[in-house]
Amino acid sequence: MNALVEFFRPHLLPLLYAVVIVAVLPLIAGYIVLLERKIMADMQARLGPMRVGPHGLLQPIADAVKLLIKEDIIPENADRWIFWLAPLLSVTAGMLALAAFPFGPAFQIADLNIGLLFILGISSMGIFGIVLGGWASNSHYSLLGALRSAAQLVSYETAAGMAVVGGLLLAGTLSTRRIVEMQAEQGTWFIFLAPIAFFTYLVASIAETNRAPFDLPEAESELVAGYMTEYSGFRWALYFLAEYTNMVVVASVATTLFLGGWLRPFPGTTWLNFLDYVPPLLMLLLAGYCFYRTPRQPVKVQQGFLAAVGLLCLLLAVILALPLLPLAVGGIEAQSLRPAIHGGFWFLFKVFAYMYVFMWLRFTFPRYRFDQLMKLGWHFLIPVSIVNVMGIGVALVLDREAGWPLWQALVLTTLLTLAVAAYLAVVGERKDSAAVGGAERSA
Amino acid sequence: MSDTRASGFLPQSGIETTVLGADEIILNMGPQHPSTHGVLRVKLKLDGEKVVESECIIGYLHRGVEKIAEHRSYQQFAPYVDRMDYVAAVSNGLGYCEAVEKLMGVEAPPRARVIRTILTELQRIASHLLWLGTHALDIGALTPVFYCFREREEILKIFEKYCGARLTTHAFRIGGLQYEAYDGMEQDVRRFCDDFATKIEEYEQLLTENRIWVGRTRGVGILTAEDAIAIGATGPVIRASGVKWDIRKAMPYAAYDQYQFEIPTGKNGDTYDRYLVRMEEMRQSRRICLQAIENIPAGPIMARIGKVLKPPPGEVYHAIEAPKGELGYYIVSDGTTQPYRVRIRPPSFINLQAFDRMVRGHLVADVVAIIGTLDIVLGEVDR
Amino acid sequence: MLDLILFYFFATLAIVSAVLVVTRRNAVHSAIFLITALLATAGIFLQLQAEFVFIVQIILYVGGIMVLFVFVIMLVNLDVTLRQMQFNRGWLVGLVLAVALGAQLAYALFLGRNVQLTGPAGGELSAQNTEQVGQVLFQNYLLPFEIASILLLVAMIGAVVMAKKRI
Repeated sequence: MNALVEFFRPHLLPLLYAVVIVAVLPLIAGYIVLLERKIMADMQARLGPMRVGPHGLLQPIADAVKLLIKEDIIPENADRWIFWLAPLLSVTAGMLALAAFPFGPAFQIADLNIGLLFILGISSMGIFGIVLGGWASNSHYSLLGALRSAAQLVSYETAAGMAVVGGLLLAGTLSTRRIVEMQAEQGTWFIFLAPIAFFTYLVASIAETNRAPFDLPEAESELVAGYMTEYSGFRWALYFLAEYTNMVVVASVATTLFLGGWLRPFPGTTWLNFLDYVPPLLMLLLAGYCFYRTPRQPVKVQQGFLAAVGLLCLLLAVILALPLLPLAVGGIEAQSLRPAIHGGFWFLFKVFAYMYVFMWLRFTFPRYRFDQLMKLGWHFLIPVSIVNVMGIGVALVLDREAGWPLWQALVLTTLLTLAVAAYLAVVGERKDSAAVGGAERSA
Repeated sequence: MSDTRASGFLPQSGIETTVLGADEIILNMGPQHPSTHGVLRVKLKLDGEKVVESECIIGYLHRGVEKIAEHRSYQQFAPYVDRMDYVAAVSNGLGYCEAVEKLMGVEAPPRARVIRTILTELQRIASHLLWLGTHALDIGALTPVFYCFREREEILKIFEKYCGARLTTHAFRIGGLQYEAYDGMEQDVRRFCDDFATKIEEYEQLLTENRIWVGRTRGVGILTAEDAIAIGATGPVIRASGVKWDIRKAMPYAAYDQYQFEIPTGKNGDTYDRYLVRMEEMRQSRRICLQAIENIPAGPIMARIGKVLKPPPGEVYHAIEAPKGELGYYIVSDGTTQPYRVRIRPPSFINLQAFDRMVRGHLVADVVAIIGTLDIVLGEVDR
Repeated sequence: MLDLILFYFFATLAIVSAVLVVTRRNAVHSAIFLITALLATAGIFLQLQAEFVFIVQIILYVGGIMVLFVFVIMLVNLDVTLRQMQFNRGWLVGLVLAVALGAQLAYALFLGRNVQLTGPAGGELSAQNTEQVGQVLFQNYLLPFEIASILLLVAMIGAVVMAKKRI
């Protein structure tokens, strides 16, 4: 028995983290869906789910139960084995990629020294889930939709990869933990040093996760039905979970690489230390809002539920406030826990902020047509990100060899890349309007 | 496709029904589809992604309205016309009532004419709002539809207060109006018009300069002016192609000759121009409403005609500018209480003929945008 | 001990998947088993602490080449192959060659039956795997690297030229 424990000891902590993530992720994905519906409603001047639980807070649970008890329908001539396998691949790829992220300085399943490359590689395996899903549906249009979706993913993977390389050049290492530590050493997040890389990654990641405005392959009003058409019930829930997990993965990559991971804004500057008090204050505000709304709930059960949520927020506020106090409990300095606890908060906060931008863009913009989508990826994003990578490389050489301060060289890089982007945009417009003119004449 | 032989595929163009090119497939956008705005069936012949030919199959909503008209009295038929273009019922009613009044040689009193104008222009705004919301939704913008319906709700509230119904209003009667303008109607209309100016700016902000919107609509579904005139298209469709033709100016009816308003036209005849034309039309309708609500003349609301209507034998064609285009009524009377023939010229039906011309050479994803930009209502197309 | 278990797991997976690749009738099933075989090989690479090769195997082989294979399989109508004869007339030659190859492999293993496995093949295993590969690639082997990348560029251009309808 002892030998068994000793055998597993080095792997216990990562195993615990993995269990926590795998257990918590479906719940979190469900609440991200609820958050999206509420944000959608807010932008559309309505309220969103309100019925199930106070302010619809129990809606994800109701949805999950409904999906679990639905009949499992498999199309007649579908390949049963692949039909079963496809959603599994998507979900596995998404969840596996979460293994390499540092959610805090202490909370990481595996600190691979190829961390970022691992994440990119595993995310690219999610393509199989889509392609096989479309194939297994045994429908011509599902297959075409799946292949189009996969083509879109592959195209934007290149742009995303190049954008990530831009950030990697600044970090100098592939290990995700080291990247965040490098940002702490530099004193700024990499977004301020390489903004173009961040925005390229933002656009490419929206296309990677098949979100609007790049969601033509899975839009309901389009003719070619998406790869998810024949999936119902729990299998569909798995695909949905995979999509939101991918969103979390992509947001985590951006957070780790560009937004400073678990660091607070401006980690080095001491006169901004009051920002350390933001996490508990935010939670206190949230708790206060919950308690404020509790008496206004129509039903007693909802009142109780909202009060419980308020208490939870209060508890989180207390946990977040503890490391700020000069306490020592049982030999452990409270202050030393600050990076871990606050780090987790900041990481999740940034991930949610990134996903809020995703949702914001989804409800604002119409959809790109597929050829316009591909044109944007190949003719605009990939050249811009390649130029950006070259520019950052030159800036780094100037910093090391010629003694320029890094941020000066990077400002130059940014301007150069913007110039290239502007040129490409203008040329693209002219080509587009030439096409329009041609269409006019032939009409 | 099992029924290509039965329905043929535009036989006059000489295309064999059974022999298709190597890469060509026939895609059916069935009568049930989220984006066909009603029960419209579209058969597309595709070469890869490009549409080579198309055929619209209609009739799924045919209810025999024109036949029913021969067996109803003139007043009994009035509610039926609401159900044709159910999105803009008030306009339908206006056209019919004015046509019968023309047949009978009576004129509605001035007060009735002004109130009719106000309600019709409000209905034009409501119809264009619904068009904008659903068109944007088809192209993928998920938000404008909720804003548009929020404004449309205000207009429908005014209708409900006026005549008791929101959608199929039967607001007008032959010879004038049945209901007096309710207390507070002036304030309601004025408040709506004041509010609406900022709301149009909201929609423009979301869509007009948006790269993706422009990319999806500019150059898509071009209809030249010659084609439009040849087909007989009317309404915003022909105005966006550059032809300045509006029946409210050309052959004024109701109280339109008293008010000042512009007729917006476009340049290229593509989807983007139709969008701009309809947005401007909403502004001009608001302008007309504000002018009309300033002074509504006092007086009776109903002309002196008997309860039993027996128009003298004869025929009349009366057209109005409905939100969709020229809505015409050709009524033949044989002197009895029931019309001999009522032929309705539905603008959506005639505009739909332009579909084939507009959709050729475009990609499949544009088909949905083109159906939306024609602003058809199947109730009107099929009657 | 864990290492040994993992190695046997990956090795079995690789062998079984490889056998299944060639014995399945359905081409998509074959592709999926090829993916698992490649993933198992990647796992063995990871065990040998060659992290860069592990992830490159996944990104390029599984995420690139197998995606291409799967695309092609799905776009080409393969119903006809499901009904075709599975063995052609050259099966005797194939059998003879396979037996010859198997005999050679068995002989090589027999010759090496007394070799002691002492340890890693040589060289220092460091945590800077990717950096070392990068340095060697861009310093010692720069010319072959450039030639290989130009080869790929030529292949890309050739594919685009062949696929376009009009140039």
